[in-house]
Amino acid sequence: MRELFAWHVGASPYAHRVDVLFWTLTGITGAVALGVITVMAVFAIRYRREAVMARGPIDEPPVTGKRWVEICWIVIPLLIFLAVYVWGANLYFQYASPPAKTLEVYVLAKQWMWKVEHGNGRREINELHVPRGQAIKLVMTSQDVIHSFYVPAFRVKRDVLPGRYAVLWFRPTRSGVYHLFCAEYCGTDHSRMGGRILVMEPEDFGRWVSSGAPTATLAAAGEEKFRAFGCGGCHGENATVHAPSLAGIFGHDVPLATGQFAHVDERYIRDSILMPSRDIAAGYPDVMPSFTGRVSEEDILDLIAYVKSLASAPSARGDIR
Amino acid sequence: MNATSVSSPPAPEGVPTGDARPIEQSYLGAGSSLWSWLTTVDHKRIAILYAVAITAFFFLGGAAATLMRVELVTPRGDLVSAETYNKLFTAHGMIMVWFFLIPSIPTTFGNFLIPLMIGARDLAFPRLNLMSWYVYIAGACITVAALIAGGVDTGWTFYTPFSTMFSSSYVILAIAGVFVVGFSSILTGLNFIVTVHRLRAPGMTWFRLPLFVWAIYATSVILVLATPVLAMTLVLLLVERVLGIGIFDPALGGDPLLFQHLFWFYSHPAVYIMVLPAMGVASEVITCFAHKPVFGYRMMAYAILAIATIGFLVWGHHMFVSGQSVYAGATFSLLSYLVAIPSAIKVFNWTATLYKGSITFEAPMLYALGFVGLFMLGGLTGLFVAALALDVHLTDTYFVVAHFHYIMVGGSVMAYFAAIHYWWPKITGRCYSEGWARFAAVIIFVGFNLTFFPQFLLGAGGMPRRYHEYAPEFQLLNVLSSAGASILAAGYLLPLLYLPWSLRFGARASGNPWDARGLEWQTASPPPVENFETPPVVPERPYDYRPQAAAAEGGA
Repeated sequence: MRELFAWHVGASPYAHRVDVLFWTLTGITGAVALGVITVMAVFAIRYRREAVMARGPIDEPPVTGKRWVEICWIVIPLLIFLAVYVWGANLYFQYASPPAKTLEVYVLAKQWMWKVEHGNGRREINELHVPRGQAIKLVMTSQDVIHSFYVPAFRVKRDVLPGRYAVLWFRPTRSGVYHLFCAEYCGTDHSRMGGRILVMEPEDFGRWVSSGAPTATLAAAGEEKFRAFGCGGCHGENATVHAPSLAGIFGHDVPLATGQFAHVDERYIRDSILMPSRDIAAGYPDVMPSFTGRVSEEDILDLIAYVKSLASAPSARGDIR
Repeated sequence: MNATSVSSPPAPEGVPTGDARPIEQSYLGAGSSLWSWLTTVDHKRIAILYAVAITAFFFLGGAAATLMRVELVTPRGDLVSAETYNKLFTAHGMIMVWFFLIPSIPTTFGNFLIPLMIGARDLAFPRLNLMSWYVYIAGACITVAALIAGGVDTGWTFYTPFSTMFSSSYVILAIAGVFVVGFSSILTGLNFIVTVHRLRAPGMTWFRLPLFVWAIYATSVILVLATPVLAMTLVLLLVERVLGIGIFDPALGGDPLLFQHLFWFYSHPAVYIMVLPAMGVASEVITCFAHKPVFGYRMMAYAILAIATIGFLVWGHHMFVSGQSVYAGATFSLLSYLVAIPSAIKVFNWTATLYKGSITFEAPMLYALGFVGLFMLGGLTGLFVAALALDVHLTDTYFVVAHFHYIMVGGSVMAYFAAIHYWWPKITGRCYSEGWARFAAVIIFVGFNLTFFPQFLLGAGGMPRRYHEYAPEFQLLNVLSSAGASILAAGYLLPLLYLPWSLRFGARASGNPWDARGLEWQTASPPPVENFETPPVVPERPYDYRPQAAAAEGGA
């Protein structure tokens, strides 16, 4: 019997809150199911045709409805359903927005692997090392089909779509090794597109993340690519072309030529690189060429990290941490 | 069943009592050549054409499931390759959804019974009815061609951009088959709607309709309104895959979530296409064998309409982790709880129908009671996946697989078997072996639960669906599930033996072997070509059973 449930342990505070809802609902629905089956069984035995018992006088019309009974079994389930709804929705909304201070990790999904990039440039495949106790925020995109990042131990799952950035966060509170699954069917080796989440003690994680000779932080790699792709020729400090500066824009709203405002997030930067004509910054000509086909999803992640680093400290280009 | 000892109630004035005339004088004697069957426009014969076709697909889809369950006995993929496994679950889903479950009860029992139940000569458009069957067969041939050519590996959901830009299997052929079979659904639905509106016998008011007719009517409305959306979605898929015009693939400027919205706008109501007719069957069978009028008739009819209506507004609950807005998620979750209310009403009303009844437990009743229990478990586990935070954990795991199999197999297929056993004497004029039928009902019930209950635990433990290989700790439950599947398969094969056997050796059935109410029992078994010798008149509400009298007569 233990084998049936042994692996089913939550490894984050959120997982425990989900489990409380799960077991409460199991209790309620179990009681309802048991109750209905019992009543059916009692009726089936008591009112079987051979049973010698009075059903009432032979000319009494059979029971075909009772208004108050029907109202009861509409209203009571409705109230229970609404309570469960509010509970489930409330948890969902808590989980939907990550806390302000998180450790950010980039995840790139492709058929059939998970590529992970830590802020300091440390990369891994099908494994994700994280420190215990800290809120981890994953910024995820796919370079082909839809995948889904699923860690049962944290009770979290998020579809990873091409062309947008999905966010998933969790705060692991138990160190250990947990399953990572792809939960959205993605082709031939879907069932092998898994890996491990390794929750480490913070000091162990510190050692791990700085070992393995990381070449450069993501932001530094992004800065390198910013030059290599020629972005700096227009967006750089000494540029001659009239192009918007990228310093300090991340996380803020920028005015568009249409009079609307765009919120600068990961997707906005990605779209601006691949489809520059879609949202033109107010006051600038539509002259930027598209980089579709020239930059990879990983290049874009690095460039995003670089633009983000400009947001926190416009003058000091470099480490995002 | 006992064909002769149950006495028929006195028939209302002007309605002929069914009697056992030679089968040659019935609709079955109207021609025995293959040609006479393939060109028939008799709704009763077309029902049998459908029954033959969907039975073939039921066992084809079942064969795919059997291979999957054998593969899943071990964590490693050692029976078939990953590619083959993916094609198997795609074939299983496509066949079972579009070529068995959606047509199952409507095209067989709906076709056979709607005219009989409302006292009509035939459906409103008999030739259109035959055409629907040929359209179904055409769609089926195209899909089978896709499977023979090499199969499809997209899953029955055809999610983009995988299906449009990445799958190298026979996607276009497969969706062409589904596209074509959709027109069969639309035409059948249209035929039923017009029939129920226009061809009811004198006195058959809307609130004298049997609940089975209400259920098929509501189902037909869904068929007509939802199926065109699927057709359009599949055309858009084709446009992107063949012409490379960006609709769903972000690399071409499309939106992959648009596909999911369109697909589930059809496919969630499609669940109600599968389950509403099953509910109709349960209402007929339970009232007959409880020998009691249905509890809360009007509420039952309104619940059917409520399910059909609200069922159109819950599609987004398939997309809670897809990236749709959290506020959309909250709305779809609330609506999903609301659609559960009429389903709950129906379960309670069936239970209450047993109260002070005069209950017997022939095979149809066993299947129908099994339906109520399993449908209830499917519905209750639906409350888990409708809860936003729980769905985040449970969606795309085996919990969902178990949940919808409880609804579709535990619910719809059980009810389909209840219908087969209940109306078999009416359709064929023969009685099957009651002992074997009860035995099969118990085997199917046990096998079903052993197959699918472990999958709830697998899903809650985190095993994703559509996995060819899985983590070793999931093996024990998978072995249990596969063991259950072998029992279930045996249970499904039994009727394939004793039902055809009854055609030749079964006792001759009387017009009303169950002492049932309803117009279909007031004509001969099997019915004559024209259904009724004199057009029936309906003087009263349905389910006019007298449990006290039946108990006084049949009790000790």
